[in-house]
Amino acid sequence: MNWQWFHRLGSPRWFYEKTDAWVPWLVILAWGLLLVGTVWGLGFAPMDAKQKDSYRIIYVHVPVAFISMACYYIMAIAGAVGLIWKMKLPYMVMKSAAPIGFAFTIIVLATGSIWGRPTWGTWWEWDGRMTSYLVLSFLYLGIIALQNAFQSRDTADKASAILALVGTVNIPIIYKSVDWWYTLHQPASLNLTSAPKIHISMLYPLFTMIAASYIFFTLVLILYTRAEILRRESKTQWVKDLASGVPSKGDKA
Amino acid sequence: MHPVRKQRLLFVIAGVVVTSIAVGLIAYAMRENINLFYPPSKIAAGEVPPNRNIRGGGCVKPGSVVRAKDSLDINFILTDGAADVPVKFTGILPDLFAEGEAAVVNGKVDDKGVFIADQVLAKHDETYTPPEVASMNQQSDQKKEEEHKNDQAICKGLKNGA
Repeated sequence: MNWQWFHRLGSPRWFYEKTDAWVPWLVILAWGLLLVGTVWGLGFAPMDAKQKDSYRIIYVHVPVAFISMACYYIMAIAGAVGLIWKMKLPYMVMKSAAPIGFAFTIIVLATGSIWGRPTWGTWWEWDGRMTSYLVLSFLYLGIIALQNAFQSRDTADKASAILALVGTVNIPIIYKSVDWWYTLHQPASLNLTSAPKIHISMLYPLFTMIAASYIFFTLVLILYTRAEILRRESKTQWVKDLASGVPSKGDKA
Repeated sequence: MHPVRKQRLLFVIAGVVVTSIAVGLIAYAMRENINLFYPPSKIAAGEVPPNRNIRGGGCVKPGSVVRAKDSLDINFILTDGAADVPVKFTGILPDLFAEGEAAVVNGKVDDKGVFIADQVLAKHDETYTPPEVASMNQQSDQKKEEEHKNDQAICKGLKNGA
């Protein structure tokens, strides 16, 4: 098998130049879908029979929860690729994913708490879902801390990648916690094996918000990674040329 | 693939698998403790520590909620179909607390087997329906209820769990 294409993916410069054209499109798409989904979900979707309008927090909580878990896998897989192939770019993606994932996890915990107070009657309960989610936020914090704890870039990246990989075990636990144990949190309304438990009129705006969140996340991850590329490659000629506004010399990497 | 990379790939996979098995075994060993609450059948069978703070969870039996006229006292029965546990609570209930819905209660079981709750939480199920659709469903539910009058109330929010 020819692995050349794969190694080219590992070039920070290639990534930086390739994504240059994507950013404006992703910005338009992400903000457009977020706007449509928010207005649709908050303004036009019918209210829930039992929870009334408080259920509308689902349009933030659920999409952001999807992303915060998907982000962890991206971070861990990037870490694994970095460990195995010793490529620079995956480590930069891994480092960039951690603060984004942490921010999303905090939003999930906050919105869940705000919803829980009127619905359940409590801000917080130590049930399987909530506790495992708190662990997820600590894992992200751990990665951020490890990134800053070492003098050597290489050591920091390796240590973070190992922690990220070990932490992947938490993701299926979060996902299945509501099925495996008695929890206060309800089971999933959306899953691949059965029909959605959300009425179709509420589901379309939710899907819009999920799509919007994925695109928004992709955009933010690309922007963070681009910043990280410039930071780490600041001594290379192509970044110096970019910074001084000199047109780059040909297309050689 | 380069043999060195292949070896590192195997190391990574082995690491993830081994930690997953380790965490899986820990979770399996602690499965009773990870549960947020005891089901009514365990409480009724006396399998819970007496006079210690525990949580119980189940379906609020339809027709069992009795409110005192001059105070915030409330009595109701938690059921899981197999057993009933009487609950006594003084205070304000969450908005979603209702007969036929799931609830989680926090408190102690007294000598008579009555659950003295100092906190009642409503457990929401995973369904989301607009009011019009819900009232249509309710009508069909009532038909079903007439057909199965002897069946125990089933809380949708309680389908999960061991």
